[in-house]
Amino acid sequence: MSPKTLYDKIWDAHIAHEAEDGTTLLYIDRHLVHEVTSPQAFEGLRLTGRKVRAPDKTIAVPDHNVPTTLDRTKGIDNEQSRIQVDALDRNAKEFGVHYYPVSDIRQGIVHIVGPENGWTLPGMTVVCGDSHTATHGAFGALAHGIGTSEVEHVLATQTLIQKKSKNMKVEVTGKLKPGVTPKDVTLAIIGATGTGGGTGYVIEYCGEVFRDMSMEGRMTVCNMAIEGGARAGLVAPDETTFEYVKGRTHAPKGAQWEAALTWWKTLYTDEGAQFDKVVTLRGEDIEPVVTWGTSPEDVLPITGVVPDPSQFKGGKVDAARRSLEYMGLKPGQKLSEIEIDTVFIGSCTNGRIEDLRAVADVVKGKKIKEGLRAMIVPGSGLVRAQAEEEGLAEIFQEAGFEWRLAGCSMCLAMNPDQLSEGERCVSTSNRNFEGRQGYKGRTHLVSPPMAAAAAITGRLTDVREMM
Amino acid sequence: MDKFEKITGIAAPMPLVNIDTDMIIPKVHLKSIKRTGFGKHLFDEMRYNRDGTEVADFVLNKPQYRDAEILIAGDNFGCGSSREHAPWAIADFGIKCVVSTSFADIFFNNSFKNGILPIVLPQEQVDILMADAEKGANARMTVDLEAQEITTSDGDVIPFDVDPFKKHCLLNGLDDIALTMEKAASIDTFESSMSVQRPWV
Ligand code: SF4
Repeated sequence: MSPKTLYDKIWDAHIAHEAEDGTTLLYIDRHLVHEVTSPQAFEGLRLTGRKVRAPDKTIAVPDHNVPTTLDRTKGIDNEQSRIQVDALDRNAKEFGVHYYPVSDIRQGIVHIVGPENGWTLPGMTVVCGDSHTATHGAFGALAHGIGTSEVEHVLATQTLIQKKSKNMKVEVTGKLKPGVTPKDVTLAIIGATGTGGGTGYVIEYCGEVFRDMSMEGRMTVCNMAIEGGARAGLVAPDETTFEYVKGRTHAPKGAQWEAALTWWKTLYTDEGAQFDKVVTLRGEDIEPVVTWGTSPEDVLPITGVVPDPSQFKGGKVDAARRSLEYMGLKPGQKLSEIEIDTVFIGSCTNGRIEDLRAVADVVKGKKIKEGLRAMIVPGSGLVRAQAEEEGLAEIFQEAGFEWRLAGCSMCLAMNPDQLSEGERCVSTSNRNFEGRQGYKGRTHLVSPPMAAAAAITGRLTDVREMM
Repeated sequence: MDKFEKITGIAAPMPLVNIDTDMIIPKVHLKSIKRTGFGKHLFDEMRYNRDGTEVADFVLNKPQYRDAEILIAGDNFGCGSSREHAPWAIADFGIKCVVSTSFADIFFNNSFKNGILPIVLPQEQVDILMADAEKGANARMTVDLEAQEITTSDGDVIPFDVDPFKKHCLLNGLDDIALTMEKAASIDTFESSMSVQRPWV
């Protein structure tokens, strides 16, 4: 048998039907559903009299629209947000899928809820009407975002019509320096490949840096595979993965665990397997980074200066000029001198317990800069409960952070958490697009410790100065 | 879904690279639970001022491009989120074809499912079409899916590639779900063999 990549193996294990031209019906093991991209899909089923084929493999949770303030039990003020959340509630019940309502402690961002409850397992195919489904690739699961028509297709048939992507390997060798986190790694990769660099590919993240990384870190990396244009990102499952999965509510138990483990241990890229594209970075070369523009590829080390648009090529010259105008920055300005108004810590990129621990390490015993708005939004109710148990919540509140309930919050501002015009935010989320966090809001993407450092000084800050 | 045949229409030039889904349809407009009515919000933040008036120099607000049916765009069009509201807004506005040097993957797939034809061409050819589009309303181009050709207003013919299955679905306005349901037996077989091989799933 010819050697296969990890992606090849998972793909081959899920072919329900293959046409001569390679168009494949790929079987879907887990379908995650949230309130924004699903109403039209359920409506489609209703109109055509179709059912959900595998309700047991379908997990629904509201996250984008839910308020994250402590008084959210009183309901959602915005009428349209409420309609979407109510629609999910109704659809989940009517079609009989697994469901975590807002009142459930397990409610949270769909990409945090899946892994946390053991729904996401190695070797699976996982889809969701959300581009950051790539997150689940951290388990060695083939996971990607789909549109609403495809959501309806998966609900009705438990398959997707797919053509296979190409294989790309992103290798990060060696060790990371102190102060450098998985977020810096994933941003540095996008900085190197560009936002279109992964288009048409499934990325496998290889090398010592990922082997050394925790599951939380791998999720952060895979989460942003989509920002590099890739269909999905993968990390081969290993002891770290199995350790994380073991004992979770929906993970296999007993004899099934043993059987699963035996298969999972075959999920790696064979010696000699071919990648269509290879990118290699040295872990030692990666610095704590920030974004300066309105594309996630606009990445620079915190020690750098705002670039001059004329140093770019082609259409990027205009795009960079537009970015700087939007961001209110001048070429040559030192990144570490940029003053900020707001800090947002959370999202499916960096809303897990490990992220919150890293923030607590930096802010413990300190106060955030006066006048700054700073909020910490745990990725799920379970993360929140754990942070309270570990005493992190107290540290945050003493430092002056707002300590919120779980949801997407200011990652995309579909809920009341938004930037106002011109407000400058340091954010641990994944997109710095124009208007992403609020109309004319300005976003700098960073790691959790960098966000913590910025909260204390009130400007973009090199966290290493505080270590 | 409507059938896609041949269109002859106005092409609007948008040379900006990395036009993302938040630009195409900002999230404040994602709150509907319907599929229609998004066209008036297409490119909302670039197209309107905060007070609701139009931004005069935005391409689709210019008199010659208000009825555009084709968009010629910069590299990496449609990057960002998986929101199908982006192609819904484009289709609802009346645009049936987008040409660029590359598209984000999810957007590309979503387009076909909504009767929009995304065409990938090399830079030089996109440049030719961009220049043609910049001539305004008299420069109508033709996109012929059957023949896989774009004809510029000057009569230049540019061939393009398209996945045969997607072409077939678009030409015939076919619904993916119905097509897949014809293969239900394969899915049943797969499921029963999986319940033995990977019972934990
Ligand atoms: S946290 Fe942000 S990126 Fe993640 S699912 Fe929510 S809105 Fe999307």
